[in-house]
Amino acid sequence: MVTQVAAAGPLARSSLRLPVAAWTRRVGSVVLVLVALVGLWELYHWVWTMTGWTWPFIVNDTSMPHVWTIFQAFGQPAQVNQPPLITVLLHKTAFTAKEAAAGFGIGALIGFSLGVVLVHSRLLQRGFLPYIVGSQTVPILAIAPMVVVWVNPRLPGPLQGWGAVAVIATYLTFFPVTINTLRGLQSVEPRALELMRTYGASRRAVLWKLRVPSSLPYLFSALRLSATASVVGAIIGELPSGLQDGLGGAIFNFNQYYSIEPQELWATNVIAALLGIAFFVIVVLAEKAIVRRAPENVA
Amino acid sequence: MSVGSPDRSVSETRPDVVRVAGVTKTFPRGNVTALQEIDLELAPGEFVSLIGPSGCGKSTLLRVIGDLVEPTAGSIAVNGKSARQAREDGDYGIVFQEAVLFDWRTVAKNIGLPLEMLGWDRARRRKRIEEMLALVELSGFADHHPWQLSGGMQQRVAIARALAFEPALLLMDEPFGALDEMTRERLNLELLSIWEQTANTVVFVTHSISEAVFLSTRVVVMSPRPGRIAGHVEIDLPTPRTAETRDTPRFFELVTQVRNLLRGQGEHLLPEEEALG
Amino acid sequence: MTAATVTATPPTRTVRVLRRLGEWAPALVVFVLVVGLWEGLIRALNVPQFMLPKPSTIVSVFWTQRHSLWPAGWYTFREALGGFAIGSGLGIVAATVVSRFRTAGKALMPVFIAANAVPIVAFAPIFGAWFNPITMQSKMAIAGVLCFLPVMVNTLRGLQSAKPRQIELMRSYAAGELEIWRRVRVPTALPFVFTSLKVASVLAMIGAIVGEFFGGSLDALGVLIFTDAGVFQFDAAWAGILVASLLGTALYGAVVGTERIVLRWSPETRGS
Repeated sequence: MVTQVAAAGPLARSSLRLPVAAWTRRVGSVVLVLVALVGLWELYHWVWTMTGWTWPFIVNDTSMPHVWTIFQAFGQPAQVNQPPLITVLLHKTAFTAKEAAAGFGIGALIGFSLGVVLVHSRLLQRGFLPYIVGSQTVPILAIAPMVVVWVNPRLPGPLQGWGAVAVIATYLTFFPVTINTLRGLQSVEPRALELMRTYGASRRAVLWKLRVPSSLPYLFSALRLSATASVVGAIIGELPSGLQDGLGGAIFNFNQYYSIEPQELWATNVIAALLGIAFFVIVVLAEKAIVRRAPENVA
Repeated sequence: MSVGSPDRSVSETRPDVVRVAGVTKTFPRGNVTALQEIDLELAPGEFVSLIGPSGCGKSTLLRVIGDLVEPTAGSIAVNGKSARQAREDGDYGIVFQEAVLFDWRTVAKNIGLPLEMLGWDRARRRKRIEEMLALVELSGFADHHPWQLSGGMQQRVAIARALAFEPALLLMDEPFGALDEMTRERLNLELLSIWEQTANTVVFVTHSISEAVFLSTRVVVMSPRPGRIAGHVEIDLPTPRTAETRDTPRFFELVTQVRNLLRGQGEHLLPEEEALG
Repeated sequence: MTAATVTATPPTRTVRVLRRLGEWAPALVVFVLVVGLWEGLIRALNVPQFMLPKPSTIVSVFWTQRHSLWPAGWYTFREALGGFAIGSGLGIVAATVVSRFRTAGKALMPVFIAANAVPIVAFAPIFGAWFNPITMQSKMAIAGVLCFLPVMVNTLRGLQSAKPRQIELMRSYAAGELEIWRRVRVPTALPFVFTSLKVASVLAMIGAIVGEFFGGSLDALGVLIFTDAGVFQFDAAWAGILVASLLGTALYGAVVGTERIVLRWSPETRGS
């Protein structure tokens, strides 16, 4: 416990206000990691080509294109008379990001509401939780085409196509949010509940003034997972729907040409990875801004 | 038999703030009789300490008064109403041994919690919060968060919160139990000075004999198995009480009286006998 | 959740088992209600069968085509199991290694967390290119990678979360690093490990099926589902999905069962 804190300044809101030195250190370490990864990649490539080892898989310029080749592929058009790959990919990223963001938002809302409903009834919990858990064992990829075919006609015009994929992204997002919202809402200390009783607080007041704020660390822990899950859901959803406009479509297409132009698929994967990380980072930043807790109490 | 400062003299015509009659509480699990036939009356302005060994039911009694525990038998009246009504009307404030502050609220917002529940508007809340912060001498810490404060400071915030809506009754369950002795003694003085300004009735549960004698106008000694009241000791120490009060012979005498009651060795002094010296 | 009566003597075995079964009653009720509603609505509203078949149809296809469905399910399950075992195993080993180097571990944690945020599924086709897509290995690899990261991150976090007071206590007994490991770090890490294994068990099966989307042996369940869906045999496809879901649940259940046994002491697994 901090004792003579009279001298301490007001709460440091978040690391958004870190001094320049700490920022450069962070960026520096990211760069270092990237360089190390590239180095490892090329090293692996070199060693395996030298020795001719075939386990776990054969290494050549097709299975493991040089990093530089991948990098170059961004600047070149994928097909004749097309804009450079990077431009095309960025458009597709925006499309997929739209689906993922919608899925994330709606999934988080549904998950949170489910958690709020379930926390008030042990009976409902026992009745529905097994199925909520079980819902995640259903291979969404297999259902995706049927979902798309069924949902699409029922959507208003501008939402068609990507809207169905957003539904799939929602499906993958809501589960961790439900589970963690439930846990978080239940995690209040009994004394705090007693305190609210001394105020004659209604159930509603207890929920919104105590349980929900108390559950935020858990909620954000789930949102971090869901951020990635929504991107995964968006990509998976696009695959069987034959949607060309997103990253999933790009992956599917470039997969056909893999033996000829492996670097294009790799380039797409790099962008997809960055999208997943970007979503994750956004949630982490939001958490830093919103959740005010003792540093050691963040879930 | 006068207690406290002159303007707080107990008048027989003022109704009791708390009236406990024949209250019994048994816990089915383990067949524990936590309280047996407790009778207790608190007049307005009294500062009453409940003291006794573990298992004597002092915390349970406090909770019965606060309608946090339902008695198995007997009746409670707080401010002339049932305990439940008193709780719902916000007639008392409570301070626990842990501060139970909300980490996600600033100190100011923590103090404002009961006021929000009572539906006060923002301006009125802000004014009262400022007053409370001044009362517990934490005016510079309004925007701090609980984890930035020491244990003693957190308890002061908890006290400010409990008094924010000016309840007639203040219930305190070993509020300084988790603090070191120096902080505890300091907070005792502060509590008395706050009490002088707010003039509530206080029910104070403690383990410490010297604390009970120092703070109270009356000490109620309880004994366990089953929990019951062993006796009362009226505390006629002069006010305002200071750190020096602890060094006076009268203080020592009263402490000894309480201690003897706790040990169960005779000397169950009734108030009348006490006054006769 | 209050005890209806307070029994003076501890409940007998039968009572305990019955109570456990009773806890499942609400779930059973929900199941019956939902299936009943589903079946009823489809019959009543005459929903075209090709989209969402009746539960009765799905179950009957599940049974009549069991000779192709069940072996296919077992094939894919083996892929998932292999990937789960290898991926989780490697994850635990990696976490153990990294946690030895205290500072490196803490410094690299953000990297691992970021890596966990990468949608691995995007790399599924590449795994197909690396390993012959007809073989089991390619799908095992995808399932393995999907399992590796969450298990590693959580195991590492668990190993790092031993309470300093407990370490101090062990040192006061002049315990060596290995002892501390055995008696403090590992037991503290176990709940974290099991949480991640539960997640991984579900991911493994899904990973295998996603992998099969990009090509796989005809013996595989995923391929079967996609082929059936491709020729609009949706009831067969749904039956296949049912198989996949059951197997995924089975693996999850196995992990939960193991957790109950291993973590008997933990308040979260007792009486839940």
